[in-house]
Amino acid sequence: MKKLLIPILVLGVIGIFIYSKAVGSYNSFVQAEETINGQWAEVETQYQRRADLIPNLVNTVKGYADFEQETLTGVIEARAKATSMTIDPTNLNESNIAQFQQAQDQLSGALSRLLVTVERYPDLKANQNFLELQAQLEGTENRIAVARRNFNESVVAYNKEIRIFPNNIFAGWYGFEAKGTFKASEGAENAPSVQF
Amino acid sequence: MKFPLDKMKATSILLFLLFLSNLSGLLAQDFPPQPNPPRLVNDFIQTLSAAEVAQLENKLVAYNDSTSTQIAIVIMKSVGQYDISDYAFQLGEKWGIGGSKDNGVLILAAMEDRDVFIATGYGMEGAVPDALAKRIVQNLIIPNFKKGEFYQGFDQATDMIIKLASGEYTAEEVQSDGNSGGALIMLFVFIFFFVILPLLRNKNDNNNHMGGKGGGVDLWTTIMLANMLKGGGGKYGDFSSGRGSFGGGGGGGFGGFGGGSFGGGGAGGSW
Repeated sequence: MKKLLIPILVLGVIGIFIYSKAVGSYNSFVQAEETINGQWAEVETQYQRRADLIPNLVNTVKGYADFEQETLTGVIEARAKATSMTIDPTNLNESNIAQFQQAQDQLSGALSRLLVTVERYPDLKANQNFLELQAQLEGTENRIAVARRNFNESVVAYNKEIRIFPNNIFAGWYGFEAKGTFKASEGAENAPSVQF
Repeated sequence: MKFPLDKMKATSILLFLLFLSNLSGLLAQDFPPQPNPPRLVNDFIQTLSAAEVAQLENKLVAYNDSTSTQIAIVIMKSVGQYDISDYAFQLGEKWGIGGSKDNGVLILAAMEDRDVFIATGYGMEGAVPDALAKRIVQNLIIPNFKKGEFYQGFDQATDMIIKLASGEYTAEEVQSDGNSGGALIMLFVFIFFFVILPLLRNKNDNNNHMGGKGGGVDLWTTIMLANMLKGGGGKYGDFSSGRGSFGGGGGGGFGGFGGGSFGGGGAGGSW
């Protein structure tokens, strides 16, 4: 009887240890995932805000009769594509995010083409309504950048957490998977350095 | 077969961590550390004269004292590969410009890039919306900067921001949520778990063996003790908060950044 007691005790202690470790990891995974979900919602909100600004912009620009229709339809089509593209927040994997980013980047490209074209219309450029919209659009782009960076930072921390030992074992049990990040825009290589 | 795979995994994780630590080192280098002693006007390349810096600093410190809104000015050479907006948000976030209501504004000028940006913290986005920030940059900062009158640009821009933000926040609102409350709650929790709870258990134990009287007396002693402890904690909290306000008054300078956060509000331009 005494012989059996010690192994049972040891097994019990190990069992309790693993159990508490598993519960702790699970809870921290859930917390990290919820943070990411919140930040993803922020990313979507800011993209939505940009999409909401576009009809106003298009209407303002349309008032100038000779404005190139091609550029305008490009923006409208890219907007429709980008707004139809939504991701289930429980499935934020690499390929889903890449698709989402591609659709949104297309809209960014169409928008910047529109803003470049506007340079050729001095009347439009001086239009107060247009200037206001432009400032709002720039502000939205900035907010998108901040929201994306926050999202990426949380995802990197989360991915790191679920990959290190022994968390990777628990993550495997519970089915927590690595999430995707937004990729930086091109042209960031051979950049000049910061000086202060 | 399994062993090399695990090894590969381990190396890749190691490399990943190494990469991360490298990355954070690189990022930290790109941003100047918080000014010490804390200042609101940080001219890293002596664009303004000492008198001009002092004048701006006095104005902004006085404004911070009366409203808790922090308007910081940073003048540097170049933001390098960053967008000036991106750099401004990250710098504001790292320094924590603004109080607990995120009521901070950062005016960042990169002299060599000829770029300027007004970044507004979350709490200032209502008082200074992007369109107004844009107008401040276009109408007040850039015309002055083009003439080389940098002080006038900063002076007029800060005046305008102060006008826009007046009445949005007061100093009391922010001071009222100090951290002594949190410490008190912690103390209560501590007492409950480590003094009262074990005692109640002991009391039950005593009941089982010899009757409840001994346990009861112990409980009262503990409550008295707990009250005494609590009183001590309160006094300590008062003392520390008193010291804080004394430091601010005695120095007459800027008390330091308060951990404000930036979400991408603001606007900029080039001259």
